[in-house]
Amino acid sequence: MADQKILEAKKFLIFRLGNEEYGIDIHKITTIIEKDMNIARVPKLPVFIKGVINLRGEIIPVISLRLKFGMAEEVFGPDTRIVIIKFEEISAGLIVDSVAEVIELDEDTTESIANISGELSMDYITGVGKSGGRIITLLNLEKLVSLEDNMGK
Amino acid sequence: MDMSQYLEIFIEETKEHLQSLNQCLLQMEKNPQDNSMLNEIFRVAHTLKGMSGTMGFNRMSRLTHDMEDVLQALRSNEMKVSPVLIDLLFKCLDALESYTTMIVETGSEGSEDNAAIIDALAEMIRKKGSVSAPAATAAAPAPEFSAASPDLAADLALNQYDLNVINKAAALGNNAYQITVKLNKGCVLKSARAFIIFKTLERHSEIIKSEPKVQDIEDEKFDFEFTVVVLSNEDEAVFDKDLNSIAEVDEVIIKLIKAKEAVAQQAAGNTAHAEEQEAKAADESSEGDQSQSKADSAAKRTKTGKTVRVDIDRLDVLLNLVSELIIQKTRLEGLEGIEKTQSYVETVEYLERISTNLHDAVMKVRMVPVETVFNRFPRMIRDISKNLGKEVELKMSGEETELDRTVIDEIGDPLIHLLRNSCDHGIESLEQRKSLGKPEVGLIELKAYQDGNNVVIEVGDDGQGINVDKVKKKAIERGLINKDMAANLTKKDIIDFLFKPSFSTADKVTDLSGRGVGLDVVKTKIEALGGIVEVETELGKGSRFFIRLPLTLAIIQALLVMVGEEKYALQLSSIHKITNIPADDIKLVQKQEVVMYRNTVIPVVRLDKVLEVPKENDEAQKYLTLVIVKKGERLTGLVVDKILGQQEIVQKSLGKFLSGIKTITSATILGDGNVALILDVNTLAN
Repeated sequence: MADQKILEAKKFLIFRLGNEEYGIDIHKITTIIEKDMNIARVPKLPVFIKGVINLRGEIIPVISLRLKFGMAEEVFGPDTRIVIIKFEEISAGLIVDSVAEVIELDEDTTESIANISGELSMDYITGVGKSGGRIITLLNLEKLVSLEDNMGK
Repeated sequence: MDMSQYLEIFIEETKEHLQSLNQCLLQMEKNPQDNSMLNEIFRVAHTLKGMSGTMGFNRMSRLTHDMEDVLQALRSNEMKVSPVLIDLLFKCLDALESYTTMIVETGSEGSEDNAAIIDALAEMIRKKGSVSAPAATAAAPAPEFSAASPDLAADLALNQYDLNVINKAAALGNNAYQITVKLNKGCVLKSARAFIIFKTLERHSEIIKSEPKVQDIEDEKFDFEFTVVVLSNEDEAVFDKDLNSIAEVDEVIIKLIKAKEAVAQQAAGNTAHAEEQEAKAADESSEGDQSQSKADSAAKRTKTGKTVRVDIDRLDVLLNLVSELIIQKTRLEGLEGIEKTQSYVETVEYLERISTNLHDAVMKVRMVPVETVFNRFPRMIRDISKNLGKEVELKMSGEETELDRTVIDEIGDPLIHLLRNSCDHGIESLEQRKSLGKPEVGLIELKAYQDGNNVVIEVGDDGQGINVDKVKKKAIERGLINKDMAANLTKKDIIDFLFKPSFSTADKVTDLSGRGVGLDVVKTKIEALGGIVEVETELGKGSRFFIRLPLTLAIIQALLVMVGEEKYALQLSSIHKITNIPADDIKLVQKQEVVMYRNTVIPVVRLDKVLEVPKENDEAQKYLTLVIVKKGERLTGLVVDKILGQQEIVQKSLGKFLSGIKTITSATILGDGNVALILDVNTLAN
């Protein structure tokens, strides 16, 4: 029984945007960049795609989650991080205000979004996690980085 | 034993063998008397049989085995090469190819027996090549059944394989029956009825053969009767009762196939026959065959040389590492704040030389001769021209010209398009050619050659050429241009319309000598590879398409420019000239900015506008820096803020996420680690 529990529990990286906390499945994260990167602007893209960076020889697009979620544009500070995600051959960087920690959530501590309504477009959310009184929005990366959406075509 | 580890090798080698089989068959079709080809084909079929058998691909092995029988008969001069035979062998080739594809995709050969081909092969042997040597039929031991009553449907032709099965079944105490079922003429759902009959039969027996084929029966491609051969340990009466109880069945004729005698006879005849053949073959191979085949294999060996198969991914990794090295070298050159002593400069220069050589070497490894793409075309042209009832000769040259592997992988489809076009719409019909006094056999030329830093692939035909006036008319009809504009257009401009997507989907494409079909696709594909397509045509004499491709893709010479505060790279090979012009020289013509350059008017593109570069001080400057780029013959001026200089850069893909951005082809990493975008001259110049 105990083993089963561990299998079902997933680890999430928790980060902040403004006052809200979000979580991403840790398996989809390749690295987190701390230092300030030069982002090269790419023309004719939606505003929330800030441009591309050079990550050890690989060109990676960078997305401002704040702009994507309709918040004010981020100001780069000492806590700002770029979380690099990768799945299905798509790599992207997500700019977040700060990275908090990694926590484990299982079925008991997550809730589907059916009962909750928020400002954020439901598409981007897989569920909500609860951990010691904190509410964490769990993001659906596949939707967030879906191609049609971003190319605006 | 686990064979999976050999699967990849098997697939690779099978592909090679099939390729050479294809070439040999084409050769044999041209020179039916050429025995060396026959030997080669036999060798390939034999090798394939062995290989597929070892891997446990029994269907494939079975097919090649039967092919071998026919080839053996050919070798021993028991039959002659005929067009029917060649077609059949091509069918075998196609079947083998589809087995291979299946194996590549699923790891198993699938369940297609290709019974039709196998039967045809057996038939061929039985009839001794049917067309050429009907007299020899008597020698073939045709299966003899017990006397058939005259009201019976014709006996099914049983091949060696079927007889073997019957024989084996007989050994196990099962009888073989030939059952002919006649359906009521009023039967509506024939195939459904047939299905029920099959199901009923399968309750007591195993169906080993059916005439017409099961597939045809399912498709209702039969009259009101069909015949099956079944194996069963039940009595005739059981089938009679079962089948007659099915509705809409008019008549059931059941006949016992006396397996043992027939088969024994057949087998005896065949063994003797086979032995004879083998003996003959042995004789042959010890005599005339020897010199030829030795010469053949020797030639082959020298051609292949010593090679190592390497996964293309590993080469990509290698190329990436070389790219990294070049970036670092560039960085080292530009490093500031260090003392540039003599030895430093020497070391950097040496490093530069090595990295350039290394780059060349890696690129060479990735180069593949265009032959790998070209060699499927003769067969394709043969099939197309046969279908169209035209006679077309394909002349190929420069197959040894090499291109980067990535280009090779992509170039096939555009070439197929162009060749099809030439065959279908370029070359006239036989009658037309006769009346025009042209040689009856149309000529299509496929040439590849290197031209500076480009590789050119030419597809030419001696057909009717493009009717420029018709194209012009069509363009006006479609509202792409008006009459006044049309008068000013050059021939080249008009032909360009053919590459427009709207043109290719035009309903009456064939009226425009058909040149519109898919040409936009060809153009898009070639441009995606960094190449260009050009056309030369003369009405009544033919057309010629030129595909110009860059030799290398990954590392290019580029010009770095500043637009606002951003750095961009332009491929050096597309740059015609860099010049300074007074701002007032730019004039407006129909809302398009243009400038006079060497007595021609060329359009001007302001990069800061197109690229939406944020600018702080937007004050008008007196002089502008103009980078003039060429796309084919057309020039376009790009306004930039500053020229930074020439540099060797490594192209990096923007990745899937950002694919599809026009004006940008890819990105590169500069010496300082920052990213610069590489501009797409082709779209900017449009």
